[in-house]
Amino acid sequence: MHGVFDIIGPIMIGPSSSHTAGAVRLGLMARKVLGEPVTRAGIMLSGSFAQTYRGHGTDKALIAGVLGMKPDDERIRDSLSIAKEQGLEFAFQKADIPGAHPNTAELHLTGLHQNIAVVRGASVGGGNILITKINDYYVELAGRYPAVVTIQRDQPGVIMNITSILGMGGLNIAFMHVARKNRGEEAMTILELDEEPLPSVIEAIKGVDGIQQAFSIPAIG
Amino acid sequence: MDNFHTIAELIRIASERQKPVHEIVLAVESEQKLRTREELIDEMRQNWKVMYESVKKGLKGGIRSVSGLTGGDAPKLYRHQLKGFLGQAGLSTAAFAVAASEVNASMGRIVACPTAGSCGIVPAVLTEAYEQGRAEEDIVMSLFTAAGIGMVIDENASIAGALGGCQAECGSAAGMAAAALTEIGGGTPEQIGHAVALAIKNLLGLACDPVAGLVEVPCVKRNGFAAVHAMLAADMALAGVKSVIPVDEVIDAMDRIGRAMPRDIKETAEGGLATTKTGLALQKKIYG
Repeated sequence: MHGVFDIIGPIMIGPSSSHTAGAVRLGLMARKVLGEPVTRAGIMLSGSFAQTYRGHGTDKALIAGVLGMKPDDERIRDSLSIAKEQGLEFAFQKADIPGAHPNTAELHLTGLHQNIAVVRGASVGGGNILITKINDYYVELAGRYPAVVTIQRDQPGVIMNITSILGMGGLNIAFMHVARKNRGEEAMTILELDEEPLPSVIEAIKGVDGIQQAFSIPAIG
Repeated sequence: MDNFHTIAELIRIASERQKPVHEIVLAVESEQKLRTREELIDEMRQNWKVMYESVKKGLKGGIRSVSGLTGGDAPKLYRHQLKGFLGQAGLSTAAFAVAASEVNASMGRIVACPTAGSCGIVPAVLTEAYEQGRAEEDIVMSLFTAAGIGMVIDENASIAGALGGCQAECGSAAGMAAAALTEIGGGTPEQIGHAVALAIKNLLGLACDPVAGLVEVPCVKRNGFAAVHAMLAADMALAGVKSVIPVDEVIDAMDRIGRAMPRDIKETAEGGLATTKTGLALQKKIYG
């Protein structure tokens, strides 16, 4: 059974929870993955997102998320001009991503230091999202739990160090997923936690030998 | 505290404990979510604040949706309130609902209640009650009653247009709004049940067929109609009028009707108003 605030709430920017709130969250998630200010965003839209994005303002919502706005930010409506003012270049392209949920977007972001992030996800209703791909990794991240994502060298001991930092911080791991490209190369860990980690925990994880990138993604209900 | 899965259970618990319905919903939520009563009331007060702001913003005018299909009707209706047949309260309620819905369509800030497409109905009747001098605290508490009704509908039928048509969105919102108003008006838990039944019964079977798939036509003005409808249901219940069909059976009918409705009038923009000559022409104009 849903709770009181699933019925009355969330506070959001209209017109539609899946086309605006969910799209903002996809943009925010991609921004988190990149981990630095975004200078260029190429966004592919698939299915119903591709058909109706103009009328629903899905383009504005995605860019708002890329700019770091939250789903209840009233500037979402003006996000495209705000992006131009802030020097964020962007382009939208319709694409057919086979087998993807009807409301799917794939964001290709380039950052200030030329880092690149690719995040694919779907807006699955009620403002909820499901991230299905991060860079080269196929994932399933719904944002129901706060998550810590790390990109690291595939070497012994890295995960032990990450989990012991979480343990010392009193954080319980609910779900954990590890994937790598090739033995000894780059790997990714996704740890879904029962509670939100403090920034100091993420900083400590960044200090672990072999870690290239670490960031947290808050739960989005 | 016993959880409730039907409105009859909710009414029974409230009557047995001689407590208002909102207290039962609050107690269950507090227990289930491990949150204090004060935290829950604070969050609801914040929702009410945003609801009220969305109504006021829409009344000011100057609102236009992204597609250009809607905007600017709320102030027209509001200015007409002293001249109309429906009377001041009815017309201002309709204006409040259209106002919040126009703000939603224009990418403004609203509270989904239960959805974005039906976000004007509950705020409209509560804004009218507030402007008639009802205490803000009673309004905030009545939102827990409305939420309790929505939770039961969500569990036993649906609040999503894609699953149940518009009866699931504007119908549910009207039931929730009628419940809140009946409580504010001093109704008993039984009267709240009748108000919900009366409100939903008379919106059963409503199609969700928006032009171009956008939450605008007919959604924005429909919020105005449904708010007045909810107010009538509350007044009927407060006057002692009873629903012949019990409220949980009405919700069961809503569920069965929702399942029986064809896909093309359940938020797909493939039937009904969306595929009228004008609807299709507007769709072409918006998407090219």
